[in-house]
Amino acid sequence: MAKNLEHQIDESEKLGMQIVKESEDDRLMTLSVGPQHPGSGHFRFTVKVDGDYVVYCDPDPGYVHRGEEKMCEYRNFIQNIPHLERPVIHDSANITYSYSLAVEELVGIQVPRRGQFIRAIASELDRQIYTLYWLAIYGIFLGHSTMFMWPTGDRELFIDLMDALSGARVTHAFNIPGGVRNDMPSGFKDKCLRNISYFEKRLREYEDIFYTNPLFIQRTEGVGILTKEDAIRLGVTGSVLRASGVPYDIRKAEPYDVYNEIDFKVQYMKSGDSLARAYVPLLDMKESCHIMRQLLDKMPESGEVRAKLQPNPKGPLGEAYRRVESGRGALGYYIVSDGSPKPYRVKISVGSFRNMIALPHLLVGSKLADMPSVYWSLNYWPVEADR
Amino acid sequence: MATYPQEYRFGKFIASIVWVVLWIVIIISLIGLPIIFVILFYVPLPPVNGEVLTPYLFLSMMVDPTRTLPIVHFIIHTDIFKVAVFPGFSFAALFAAVTIFVERKFLAKMQLRIGPLYCGKIEGILQLLADGLKLIAKEIIIPSGADKPIFWAAPIAFVATSAAVVALIPVAPGWVAANVNVGIIAVFAILGFFPLIALLFSWASNSKYPFIGGLRALHQMIAFEIPFFLSALSAVILSGSLNLTDIAKAQHPYWYIFFLPISAFVFFISSLAELERIPFDLPEAESEIVAGWLTETSGMIFGLIQLGSYVKVYALSALFVILFLGGWAGPQIFPKELSHGPTAGLMGLLTLQGVYNGVTVNAIFWFVVKTFGIIMLMLLPRGISPRIRIDILLHTGWYKLIVLTFINMFIALALIYGGILGPGGLLTGH
Repeated sequence: MAKNLEHQIDESEKLGMQIVKESEDDRLMTLSVGPQHPGSGHFRFTVKVDGDYVVYCDPDPGYVHRGEEKMCEYRNFIQNIPHLERPVIHDSANITYSYSLAVEELVGIQVPRRGQFIRAIASELDRQIYTLYWLAIYGIFLGHSTMFMWPTGDRELFIDLMDALSGARVTHAFNIPGGVRNDMPSGFKDKCLRNISYFEKRLREYEDIFYTNPLFIQRTEGVGILTKEDAIRLGVTGSVLRASGVPYDIRKAEPYDVYNEIDFKVQYMKSGDSLARAYVPLLDMKESCHIMRQLLDKMPESGEVRAKLQPNPKGPLGEAYRRVESGRGALGYYIVSDGSPKPYRVKISVGSFRNMIALPHLLVGSKLADMPSVYWSLNYWPVEADR
Repeated sequence: MATYPQEYRFGKFIASIVWVVLWIVIIISLIGLPIIFVILFYVPLPPVNGEVLTPYLFLSMMVDPTRTLPIVHFIIHTDIFKVAVFPGFSFAALFAAVTIFVERKFLAKMQLRIGPLYCGKIEGILQLLADGLKLIAKEIIIPSGADKPIFWAAPIAFVATSAAVVALIPVAPGWVAANVNVGIIAVFAILGFFPLIALLFSWASNSKYPFIGGLRALHQMIAFEIPFFLSALSAVILSGSLNLTDIAKAQHPYWYIFFLPISAFVFFISSLAELERIPFDLPEAESEIVAGWLTETSGMIFGLIQLGSYVKVYALSALFVILFLGGWAGPQIFPKELSHGPTAGLMGLLTLQGVYNGVTVNAIFWFVVKTFGIIMLMLLPRGISPRIRIDILLHTGWYKLIVLTFINMFIALALIYGGILGPGGLLTGH
């Protein structure tokens, strides 16, 4: 067909007619999505659309870069905690968890057993808080306003628990090197179990109103398919990796603290489309409720929650790398120490940045209307990626 | 954890209303009445009910208030009243205001929220007024390079077009601003203007997101206009008339929704698409194209388009009621006459002698109840449904809905030829 057209053009030019060829730039329209676009958050990506199809996508992170890694070099190991949780304020227990693990390895501290359990409970609570927030935004991205309101409301269940545990609703600075900041308040266990059983009932309602909605399935099924090979090649992590059929979870692969004593399954799906990427976090939340019950059950009734540290802990010359499974996937800290109380270099490896790499791969060739469902299913938190 | 304000007392609220009423009475009696007398003395007025309205007649009205009733009767039967107040624009705008308020509270209850609460003390009932004042006070920003005349004209045209649809809708026998014999064709002809306004406005705003939104609006409305019209055509086939009043009257014992359930369903879905409501709000999809063709609207331009779209919600719900739910039909629950006693004096005023018509009031009541029920159904998808994708939308419009309407149209034709409905049919009313 195209050859035929070229032939015709040549014929016409021979006859002396002037042919003005349509250039590529005339056909394509460049749209800048973000950073002040309702569908992007603090993040910009440029897409070129041909009609309704995306032909080019260029993610441009860095709008909320705060230099967290550089800031770490001017503060000692304890002072670093409050600012390190700023990139993901909803998931602050997890982002400080891996930092604490790395510092403990570097300085050589053994965390008391009760402290390890409370730390894991805080981490699971924050995973729920983050995932509910993510789900709420996924709902409004697809135009489902009830799915925005319900998870944001149910987040309060876990925020109240974290408030009771740490004294702050978000940014609790609770997981610290050496254990947790303070012990549980009395009656926390009963309140936690009550909230979890209510929340499990609500999760079934989420499935009824959102996940089984035919329009939702039409919009996400078979959209933005990330195959197993591509997922491994691009290095995505967390729910995005598990949705592509790779049952990989740091809690299972490299169990930290008490996770080797907990019995849980790694939830994964095989299709690798937006529907699977939306479904896996829901399964994770269910599994997380299961984990929390076990943690509360197996926790020692009393004991120390925090190892005694020297006032200004310093490690020997060396390095440490530890990672945890956060709400968005593997979250690791690489810390180099020169023997002083301040780290020489801190490198944060976040799940969001790895998942963002898959965005151009999935978006090119899909429709502009699929952009929200693909983009937000990548479990991407712009502020965390920019650090 | 929202609560009522600390200083809220119901007694104070009542007292403030009493103060307002007192001031209104004082201002009317000291300033308003003298002005009316001056005007009545100098301006010759048309004769009402065979009597020339003079200041002396007006004074006698103050002694015997029943003498005002013929004037009221005269006014509510003028064309200007029908167009401007009832059943025309003011009625539709009031309906739109109630719809917006109910939508906000209804959606809030569905989503475990509270909704408007403070403004107006009682469940935020004056929130709409506050929002309207805010929109009026806001600056109107016109993008550079915009086509100014069209940019200004489009919102006004939007409201005017919605109001033009309302003018054709009968709410009771004889209560219609424009009773035309091709009523239903006129309605669809006017509805055809909306995509044009959306496209012109999006073009005039000289911006990318509105342009995509305008094109989407055009695609969507073309895809849904045909099933929309065809589903209404089934009702026309059964009633044998294009006049909306006649269509409503023809459904005397049995409403058409019993014979045309598929058409009614298609009509409902198509009206959702026509109104750009969720799940068909693609032209305004905020997560993809900011606000679609409304991206560059600001201040009262946005307010007018919102008003127009809610007036349109009323118009299309009313059209559904007329075509499928028997219009104003319903059991007579209002008394035909309020009183059989004396017709003069205070008693005559209270019983609205000569103005009150039990049959009409009953018809309006049932019409409003049914229309409001349909509006509630139209509000429901916003709470339970995500947005549909453009290719699925076009597929739904062109393939599924058109086929469904044809099925029901053949059923309607079979009912006519089988002698069940139509002139002299088994189930036709007398």
